[in-house]
Amino acid sequence: MTRIKSLDELKNKRDELKSALSLLDDPDNPDRKVQIKVAMATCGIASGARSIKDFLTAELSKRNIPSVVTQTGCMGYCYAEPTIEVKLPGREAVIFGYVDRIKADEIIEKYIKKGELTEGVIPRNYSTID
Amino acid sequence: MEMIELSIDNKLVSVQKGTTILKAARKVGIDIPTLCHMELHNMSIENKPGSCRVCVVEVDGRRNLAPACVTEVAPGMVVNTHTARVLNARKTIVELLISDHPYDCLVCAKSGNCELQSIAHKFGIRRIHFKGEKSTYRKDTSPSIIRDVDKCIMCRRCEMICNEVQTVGALSAVNRGFISVVAPAFEMDLEHSPCTYCGQCVSVCPTGALTEVDSTHKVLLSLMDKSKTVIVQTAPSVRAALGEEFGLPPGTLVTGKMVAALRRMGFDYVFDTDFAADLTIMEEGTELLGRLRAHLAGESNAKLPILTSCCPGWVNFLEYNFPDLLHIPSTAKSPQQMFGAIAKTYFADQIGVKRQDLVVVSMMPCLAKKYECQRDEFKVNGNPDVDFSMTTRELADFIKQSNIDFLNLPDEEFDNPLGESTGAGVIFGNTGGVIEAACRTAYELYTGKKLETIEFENLRGTEGIRSAKLDFDGLTLNIGIAHGLSNARRLLGDVRAGKSNYHAIEIMACTGGCIAGGGQPYHHGNSEILRKRRDAIYSEDKGKIIRKSHENPYILKLYKDFLGQACGHKSHELLHTVYHDKSNNEVTIHHD
Amino acid sequence: MEKQITQQGQLRIALRNCGMLDPENIAESIARDAYQALGKVLKELSPQECINILKQSGLRGRGGAGFPTGLKWEIASKSQSDQKYVVCNADEGDPGAFMDRSILEGDPHSVLEAMAICGYCIGADKGLIYIRAEYPLAIKRLRIAIDQAMEDGLLGKNILGSGFNFEIKLRYGAGAFVCGEETALIHSMEGKRGEPTNKPPFPATSGFMKKPTNVNNVETFANIAPIILKGPDWFSSIGTKNSKGTKVFALAGKINNVGLIEVPMGTSLREIIYEIGGGIKEDKKFKAVQTGGPSGGCLTEKHLDTPIDYENLIEAGSMMGSGGMIVMDENDCMVSVAKFYLDFIVGESCGKCTPCRVGNKRLYEILEKITQGKGVMKDLEKLKNLSYIIKDTALCGLGQTSPNPVLSTLENFYDEYYEHVVEKKCRAGHCKNLFHYVINEELCVGCAACKRCCPVHAITGDKRMPHYIDSNICIRCGECIEKCSFDAISIQLEPKILV
Repeated sequence: MTRIKSLDELKNKRDELKSALSLLDDPDNPDRKVQIKVAMATCGIASGARSIKDFLTAELSKRNIPSVVTQTGCMGYCYAEPTIEVKLPGREAVIFGYVDRIKADEIIEKYIKKGELTEGVIPRNYSTID
Repeated sequence: MEMIELSIDNKLVSVQKGTTILKAARKVGIDIPTLCHMELHNMSIENKPGSCRVCVVEVDGRRNLAPACVTEVAPGMVVNTHTARVLNARKTIVELLISDHPYDCLVCAKSGNCELQSIAHKFGIRRIHFKGEKSTYRKDTSPSIIRDVDKCIMCRRCEMICNEVQTVGALSAVNRGFISVVAPAFEMDLEHSPCTYCGQCVSVCPTGALTEVDSTHKVLLSLMDKSKTVIVQTAPSVRAALGEEFGLPPGTLVTGKMVAALRRMGFDYVFDTDFAADLTIMEEGTELLGRLRAHLAGESNAKLPILTSCCPGWVNFLEYNFPDLLHIPSTAKSPQQMFGAIAKTYFADQIGVKRQDLVVVSMMPCLAKKYECQRDEFKVNGNPDVDFSMTTRELADFIKQSNIDFLNLPDEEFDNPLGESTGAGVIFGNTGGVIEAACRTAYELYTGKKLETIEFENLRGTEGIRSAKLDFDGLTLNIGIAHGLSNARRLLGDVRAGKSNYHAIEIMACTGGCIAGGGQPYHHGNSEILRKRRDAIYSEDKGKIIRKSHENPYILKLYKDFLGQACGHKSHELLHTVYHDKSNNEVTIHHD
Repeated sequence: MEKQITQQGQLRIALRNCGMLDPENIAESIARDAYQALGKVLKELSPQECINILKQSGLRGRGGAGFPTGLKWEIASKSQSDQKYVVCNADEGDPGAFMDRSILEGDPHSVLEAMAICGYCIGADKGLIYIRAEYPLAIKRLRIAIDQAMEDGLLGKNILGSGFNFEIKLRYGAGAFVCGEETALIHSMEGKRGEPTNKPPFPATSGFMKKPTNVNNVETFANIAPIILKGPDWFSSIGTKNSKGTKVFALAGKINNVGLIEVPMGTSLREIIYEIGGGIKEDKKFKAVQTGGPSGGCLTEKHLDTPIDYENLIEAGSMMGSGGMIVMDENDCMVSVAKFYLDFIVGESCGKCTPCRVGNKRLYEILEKITQGKGVMKDLEKLKNLSYIIKDTALCGLGQTSPNPVLSTLENFYDEYYEHVVEKKCRAGHCKNLFHYVINEELCVGCAACKRCCPVHAITGDKRMPHYIDSNICIRCGECIEKCSFDAISIQLEPKILV
């Protein structure tokens, strides 16, 4: 990556990155993707989040679902680790807790493929500052 | 300087900005008790971790009590030093310290000299309200120093002296919480640490956690042994401090009474280390001149500067820290060891006693001397030149145990031939003294002229590092002096870096020289005592008729009858030594 | 204006990006406004203007003591020196606290950016993060974040063309709790023994390498960028009169939703525990919540509706601390809770000053005596007096607050202490010397399951005959209760006279 030399460059870069992300989320965009975040702070990893991330990455590609699976930090739901956030294009992100392989499979089959909520959804219980 | 006004116990005080409450209070005669704090005025030695919390005082408007030793005064501050809150806290602090301290005052080496004991006495502590576990550690005995850190109160004085003043780095706080203690790294034995046995830690320890190895009993057994001839030598600084142990004012010279006491204790001959100091000057002075002449003659391998080698703590320090400079100290043994070597040859022959039947005891202001006399270099077939080295403190106790009314003793003279000394031998006890003594002799030997003024005032003083230029009849001699090992380290660093142009350097391990040695009566942080000892040494020199080593008639006789010439073959055999690289000392970790 | 308290009560400022982005990819942070505040400060504000914004915002240190951050920066900025340092205190050590770790693992750039802003404000070009070595993932992510920020020109020389230079290095702590105290932290970074020294001098005048140093906690730094971008008025509109903004708490203990939350200052304990935290586990009765870590105290039912801020917590005999909240229910013995914290302190005291080194040990021993049923009424008095003296005389913040768990439990749960001492009873059934197990002869069928599992062979009895537990041998491990299928074994709270 090249050095960012001014505040304006930084702002442009932010806007570019933002629009790239929103493009992924655009249901009308042929390149739209399902975005999945796996909470992988120490607590998540200790509860098995890494293997869930590997499982999701492998299975989604096997099942031909265009998706990006990334790691992220702690979402705060320590009691329900591993937790993942699934964002279907154009829809609100949904957080699932207690995700093991069986649950992950269920999430792919029911929620990602058909849009049906499964059990284990954790209501987002906070607001943030954007 | 900005002045600050405050009130302490309803007294108005005006002190310079930056002054602590403790010092401000002392200025108006309010003596706030302290324990960890210790300051040697004019010597830049201060320990104030603010950790014991004995000196806490009440400051109006402050939430908690303030430690007087580290809290700086502020304008309009209102301080109370003896409210119920303060006294109760202070007493509890001391009770807590004692609750983690062995109750063995009756048999403790420090009893009577213990600062924890006196503070407990002062506070009228009659009961310890807290009972519980006591922290215990392995005892550690080295050739010079005993560590019984069950008695450590974490005042950190030893750590400060060892690291900041001496830069030896043998002691530091280890562990956390209740089991924190000051110890060598990895809680190894002192013997396996870079300890130089300078004993400065012992001289500042407020309790019995650090004490010297006591040789009294062994010496007593020798004295009782009819088959042995037991002789004693006394170092110059001992006579300037011994009187303190008998209630005499600091700086009282007790040479004559000390000789009388030793005789009554049963020593067959009472000699003077000062005699050996004169001998050291003959050897070291000659060596200096030899090296100087070689240097002036342009010899490339002329080793300059020459370093004095009388101080065993310093020699240990050099062997650990400057192994690359082992070739520059004088090879002359210390006076203690020269004495032993001559006593067990020349003198033993004179009185017709076999070496193994002659016991040489030394009375020293020093703990490193205990280690020095045990070094293999100073033994012949396993028999040491000096059998036992005792401290001034041990000597005082020994005199008391021998039921001698010291104060009412008559003054007596040393025996001969090893008891005659000059003023030059006496001043060995002060920083700058060895080099001054050497210069008195070197000047006259080099120039062939008589010294007009015997005192070299520009070599005297208390600065940690001093330098002086002496005029040797047209030749300028650059002299360096360091006392306290941190100063030695700095000076040696310059020598190592080629940044110094000294011809000769005197180094003493202890700040102030031997008068402040680790074996001297405890100064309890009063530097005035040390100043008075220093003055006493110079006044003994002044009172001597002969004040230059090369004029000591018994020294001249010794060379004529026995040694031949200074730095000659026999001298080299008996009076010179070699140094060893100890930087890679193999370390053994002891497991409990 | 931002809606102050949402339905669920949480508002994430410090945690704004945690769980939102990939901490190992700077692009995701940039997409969420990372370094915008730094850019704004460097381009548009003078150091003093930026400090003024912080002062107006009312932000106070999140490490525990709550010193106003803007003022702290101002003092450091006014110290004259050729070199100054910005230090981030990431030596999180309170039992049950993990907010700093989460921020560093989830949003490292928020801290790096704020440190650079601080450097600009106080005139420092070097930053150090003191992080405990037990946080390997946080260390890894910080390293990646620093490298990426350097590569992008967001740290390093001439940041965003402003001419301002700032670099950040990591320093690792070896796990000593006291190194969270700023003077101890600085000594540890210098390679010395991690122990505090008397203040003054404060680090702002003489800190790392004797140079002026500004030390702030991770969470404090994480609040800086939003304040710059959204303005001081926005921030000060959140919270209470003297405590502005939000606070992150780590909920732990007997609570259903163990986790990390961030709520506006002034939120009540009741909201935190029953609404956000989902209530007490197994619907047991709430007894207390311990806040402020080992320096804090216990809050009880009567404090449930107190709005939480710095002042109110101190008023209630506890403190904000770093934000650990450990919830206790009826099965927790409060004497043992105090003992637990004292045990922690005894091990973690640096050992420098007498009251903390020896005093806390003695407090612990008295508590142990009480939990063993050997306490006398005088011990309670002794506990209280010694606690006050430790608070009054200890050298650093750790020692001065270490008796708080004792004092606050003595204050709020005196009856439990009294029962332990006088009735030799532990109502929570926690103190092993104060209860014993008995087998109900009518329920026992003599199956010997308990006898077989007893690790110390305390249970005797013939086959198909009622069994018997010898309390003198029993170590109260509870294994027999687990194994008994007939509910024949129960706890008897009165101590049995042991023979």
